[in-house]
Amino acid sequence: MSPQFIIWPVIFPLLLSVLLLFTWAKVNLQRFISIAGSVVSVVLAVALFTYTRSEGVIAMQAGNWPAPFGITFVSDSLSSVLILLASLAGLAVSVFSSVGINSPRVRFGFYPVYHILLTGLNGAFLTGDIFNLYVWFEVIIICSFVLITLGGERKQLEGAVKYFTLNMLASVIFLTAIAIVYGLTGTLNMADLSLQIAKIENRFLVDIAALFFFVGFGIKAAVFPLYFWLPASYHTPPDAISAIFGGLLTKVGVYAYIRVFTLIFPADAFIREVLVVTAILTIASGALGALIQNNLRKVFSYLIVCHIGFMMAGLGLGTEQSFTGTVSYLIHDILVKTNIFLVSGLALAITGSLSLRDIGGLYKQHPWIALLMAIPLFSLVGVPPLSGFWPKISLFGAALDTQSYWVLGALIFGSLLTLFIIAKVWAALVWQNPSEKIEKGEVYGTFSGLPAGIRVRYVFPVALLALCSLYVGLGAEFIMDISTDVALLLKDPKPYIEAVLGPEQSLIP
Amino acid sequence: MNTLILRTASRFLLPLLLLFSVFLLLRGHYLPGGGFVGGLVASIAFVLHGFAFDLKSSKSLLRVHPGYLIPVGLALALLAAVFPILWEAKPFMTGIWYPESVPVLGSLGTALIFDIGVYLVVVGAVLTIIMTLSESA
Repeated sequence: MSPQFIIWPVIFPLLLSVLLLFTWAKVNLQRFISIAGSVVSVVLAVALFTYTRSEGVIAMQAGNWPAPFGITFVSDSLSSVLILLASLAGLAVSVFSSVGINSPRVRFGFYPVYHILLTGLNGAFLTGDIFNLYVWFEVIIICSFVLITLGGERKQLEGAVKYFTLNMLASVIFLTAIAIVYGLTGTLNMADLSLQIAKIENRFLVDIAALFFFVGFGIKAAVFPLYFWLPASYHTPPDAISAIFGGLLTKVGVYAYIRVFTLIFPADAFIREVLVVTAILTIASGALGALIQNNLRKVFSYLIVCHIGFMMAGLGLGTEQSFTGTVSYLIHDILVKTNIFLVSGLALAITGSLSLRDIGGLYKQHPWIALLMAIPLFSLVGVPPLSGFWPKISLFGAALDTQSYWVLGALIFGSLLTLFIIAKVWAALVWQNPSEKIEKGEVYGTFSGLPAGIRVRYVFPVALLALCSLYVGLGAEFIMDISTDVALLLKDPKPYIEAVLGPEQSLIP
Repeated sequence: MNTLILRTASRFLLPLLLLFSVFLLLRGHYLPGGGFVGGLVASIAFVLHGFAFDLKSSKSLLRVHPGYLIPVGLALALLAAVFPILWEAKPFMTGIWYPESVPVLGSLGTALIFDIGVYLVVVGAVLTIIMTLSESA
């Protein structure tokens, strides 16, 4: 395989959406193409992953313009693993949306936009150019604006306004940050920036630029105190859309954090302190927010915020072990967060409600599905040996080693509250007797009356992602191996810089 | 707007503006112009025609629904970008040029095909938006 291959995970979803645009009015054909295409995407992502794992960092110069002048696409261990996870989540949501998204929404172009969103995600993971990263962010948020408003329900539009306003603001701040950095260094290539920023004498200005990036990404990743748009909007669109938002969109913000604060602004004590403090506050406010919510999807939205804090904390601690924790947490979180939103969709289809007071009786009706739901829910808590457990060990260990007891306290607090919240959700969803409203049939789920072929498409995506997260938990050795690889590269980005700029350039002090 | 002057003028302006948009399209790449501007000028030509007569008749001038131009344009642009990978195993979006200059058209290459794709997408998108708005008004 040649380095030219690494762009295919970006091109393919785009090709797919062009194909889907040609079949605009044919709903069932679009559903079929979308699922088949997502399978091909997974195959491409697996190929990229194995290729990157055997070759190390691979760089490709788009348009054959040499770095740092052209736009570089770089596949390193972090990007390739994220692309693999995004494609798995994409496949699951693709299958789920074939039943979870109604035909009018499909006729207004759900699938083409959805696949362009996946293009944007893969592009953001692969690009090695900070301005190009901004462009991919724009692709992502434009698609997400369409997806969040598609259908035009009143609550959707209300959520979309909040989502739109804050994300536009984030883009402006991000762009300002890029402008400052470009003014300081005259380059946009991330590998080159890494070398140039290190040479700047005025560290104060560098910290200011870093703070701009911090705030811009912070809004997108939903960290304290910039997260309020997330619980206000993520519960409004259909479940399939919430799932891809909850599983992947905020994680792009986290990815950008990891990339920028290890490659471009590495190991700066000031920024690390800012990261750690916001991480602690994010964990606390997310967990407490989730505690008082009553709507299943709102609970999950606050849990997203809480667990973003876990990854930020690992990034802020800045040791190799904490990076391992952050990366393995990211791997676990993408799979599980996508899955719990699909679980909420399944719960809605079965019981007809999302309110914790109304739902219940799942164990009596569908014991196997209840058992299946246990996997993502308890993976989220990190019950050993499920997938959330191992990253937390690394994070706790790193916090102990660096004697950051506040971080340790926040991590334990966040974990305990997650346990409490998930236990509450589980008890309500599975054991509690359904409320009178459901008993009388005022609200009811459509799931039991559906033909088996449709029901399979509800359950299969949950099962697929549950299997993946089971693997992440039980095959933890391999996952920790990958995460350690990534952490080493994050700690010392020299191979990344060499792959982009060539061995000679990176030697210049 | 039902004035004789506008009607007569737009009848002549439509082909002129379309010709100008093609000129802008071909002039692009090294000089100001290109697919985006060309596409905007072409859509203005249709909008002007729509002002003078009505949008239905300018729609029938196009023969296809403008929405169809979007995927066609996207496909063209994407193929032009992917072509170097498949043809010469060069990186994505590398410009591949026909070695000799062609009279009138200038130099031919994947960049021109990409620009034609952009042109079609812009015409398609602008006209779709305007026609949808005017139909719902």
